[in-house]
Amino acid sequence: MALNPHRLQRRLLAVASVAVATVGLLAGPSVHAQDKAIVMASTTSTEQSGLFGHLLPAFKAASGIDVRVVAVGTGQALDTGRRGDADIVFVHDTVAEEKFVAEGFSVKRMPVMYNDFVLVGPASDPAKVKGNDIAAALKKLATTPTASFISRGDKSGTHAAELRLWKNAGIDLAAAKPAGYKECGCGMGPALNMGSSTNAYVLTDRGTWLSFKNRGELTVIVEGDKSLFNQYGVMVVNPAKHPHVKAALAQSFADWVTSSAGQASIAAYKIGGEQLFFPNAPK
Amino acid sequence: MRDPVPMLRGEPLLTLTDAQVHFGRTAALRGVSLTLHRGDRLALVGANGAGKTTLLRLLHGLVPGTGRHEHRPAGRPLVAAMLFQRPFLLHLSVRRNVWVALWLRRVPAAERAQRCEQALQRVGLQAMADRPARTLSGGQQQRLALARAWALQPDILFLDEPTASLDPSAKREVETLIEDLVRDGVTLVMSTHNLGQAKRLATRVAYLEAGQVLVDLPTDRFFDPQQPPAAASAFLKGELPWH
Amino acid sequence: MDALAQSLSLALQLISEGDSRLFGIVLLSLRVSLSACVIGAVAGLALGAWLAVARFPGHRVAVWALNTLLALPSVVVGLVVYLLLSRSGPLGSWGILFTPTAMVIAQSILVVPLIAALARRLVLDSLAEGGDQLQSMGAGPLASAGLLLVHQRLGVLTVLLTAFGRAVAEVGAVMIVGGNIDGLTRVMTTAIALETSKGDLPLALALGAVLLGVVGLVNLVIAAVQRDGDGTPREALA
Repeated sequence: MALNPHRLQRRLLAVASVAVATVGLLAGPSVHAQDKAIVMASTTSTEQSGLFGHLLPAFKAASGIDVRVVAVGTGQALDTGRRGDADIVFVHDTVAEEKFVAEGFSVKRMPVMYNDFVLVGPASDPAKVKGNDIAAALKKLATTPTASFISRGDKSGTHAAELRLWKNAGIDLAAAKPAGYKECGCGMGPALNMGSSTNAYVLTDRGTWLSFKNRGELTVIVEGDKSLFNQYGVMVVNPAKHPHVKAALAQSFADWVTSSAGQASIAAYKIGGEQLFFPNAPK
Repeated sequence: MRDPVPMLRGEPLLTLTDAQVHFGRTAALRGVSLTLHRGDRLALVGANGAGKTTLLRLLHGLVPGTGRHEHRPAGRPLVAAMLFQRPFLLHLSVRRNVWVALWLRRVPAAERAQRCEQALQRVGLQAMADRPARTLSGGQQQRLALARAWALQPDILFLDEPTASLDPSAKREVETLIEDLVRDGVTLVMSTHNLGQAKRLATRVAYLEAGQVLVDLPTDRFFDPQQPPAAASAFLKGELPWH
Repeated sequence: MDALAQSLSLALQLISEGDSRLFGIVLLSLRVSLSACVIGAVAGLALGAWLAVARFPGHRVAVWALNTLLALPSVVVGLVVYLLLSRSGPLGSWGILFTPTAMVIAQSILVVPLIAALARRLVLDSLAEGGDQLQSMGAGPLASAGLLLVHQRLGVLTVLLTAFGRAVAEVGAVMIVGGNIDGLTRVMTTAIALETSKGDLPLALALGAVLLGVVGLVNLVIAAVQRDGDGTPREALA
């Protein structure tokens, strides 16, 4: 490759335009600490339900505050709060949340809303568990060798709820897992994907189920049992533990989402005409 | 151009005293003693593996060894350049290759362009200055290497079988150029298989065998048909077709 | 097969609609990965060239470490950078976790070993051919390494393209340090991961097609720069 003045000029021009383009890209929208914004750690199932796409713009219009959602499993979300990497935590595992408060990482837990879990499974229902009694259904599943069950196995709120339900049904998973019990260590969507491709039973929150597009032969098998209700709580990370936390802005969100405006917004969110979340913040 | 140094024909430039070079456990040079004087045109001859290339490299300072001493005429370090059998040219233009050589020797920027042009002109490659160096023919590439070396205005030019890979006409081209350049007063050390070439270009011939210099004589004495040097006689008989 | 056809038409539809969210995601992917490659090029080429010519005790260990880091999983890099940048970590006061800056840092760490190891190989191969002659011309080790990188610039370009490919295609690191925040740190690969986990496979595949299209476009631009004055392409992207 020769370098004569002609080609050199063209080459320099090309390099210059690439450099300009790069700088142009780099100079794009960037993050400023001074922006009115908070980081909220929440769960994948909540994000995937689409609630935030509906709720957060309403909050921004009311307050001018940007809420940046990092959606991971409940365990990881709480951990993010513990590390001070989030300003506010919004998950659905009451026991774990109360522990979070007890450890001093938040001053107060505020209940916000609930949705419910459903047990989905193949339409053919090989274990014959259709109905509205989850404990009975799980007992029967455990003793049906041909039935498989996919557990998230990822310390998420859903996983914690699932483990509680097995326990309530009198089944000790630690001692002996049912023949078809599989843990994927994954989120709700992937677990449903697995369930749909292997025709297995999966415990899922209704929100994710309603937005899930890859159903295959899966359909709702068990619903309506009170123990399937899934309570959400919001907690501002304690500035005493992490001084840099934007406690005031985060508290605005907590206050708004439990106010009548926020609660109405939650109730207004529907998929296919069905309401997913039921606001229940104490008045 | 450097200020012309008042030259003493024959002042010593490099002295080897019982020089040794080892590669691992092999001794490539064993006890070589010779002095290179300014204006010398020394040809190194010998069979393959005798140590000609190693001796060249030691004189140039490319390989570590013992017994090498560099003199400093006019109080400055020697400038030396080396030509190899196959010159390594960068994927750049002809002109740019010469430029790089000047740049590496820290020739001031203002002088570089001019010396490039002069060097290319000297070897007759000006018309090709903008072509990719790697597209040149073998002979042209070697002339470029000469330009690269000459541009530095070296005290010593080392040549390691510079025409061995060239066809006869390219050989002639390059030899003519070398002769031309040494008329400028450059000291020459050249290894060659071609005894005719040694006869044409050298004033002094050293014969190497197994890492030692066995004979070191002026050219006409070395090639004296009446009295060939004893130590090199077998070699000379083998090489010269008319014996 | 049906899913693929559906996805391709969806991809074209997305592009032609000029969906601004998609555009934002693509732009962010390019910003992050190109920046990482620029940083990676500077650090990686220097490191590779230096390792090719430097001789110091522990040199072989350094080369071994470099080659091992070639297999660094992106999710491990993400995790390490996360722990460093977390508020509870040593660099927490920088406050850059869950921002594009953190993503650039993570991807730079990912591509530097790749660029360095391949650059080292390029320099070593050229040194074998001409190292002696460069030394004879007065080039020190670093000058030789630098000249040889210029000499091998087409090879270097291929290395940088490889690095860009690795960066723009990875999801593990940017997911963890970026948080996949909608409108802020969501890039093509994390968007694909999200749609996959939501079960919207056609959309996920469509986004994949868009990603490939964008990378293809980048390569076209590079190839255009390679062209000769009279339009004949050189043996460029060797």
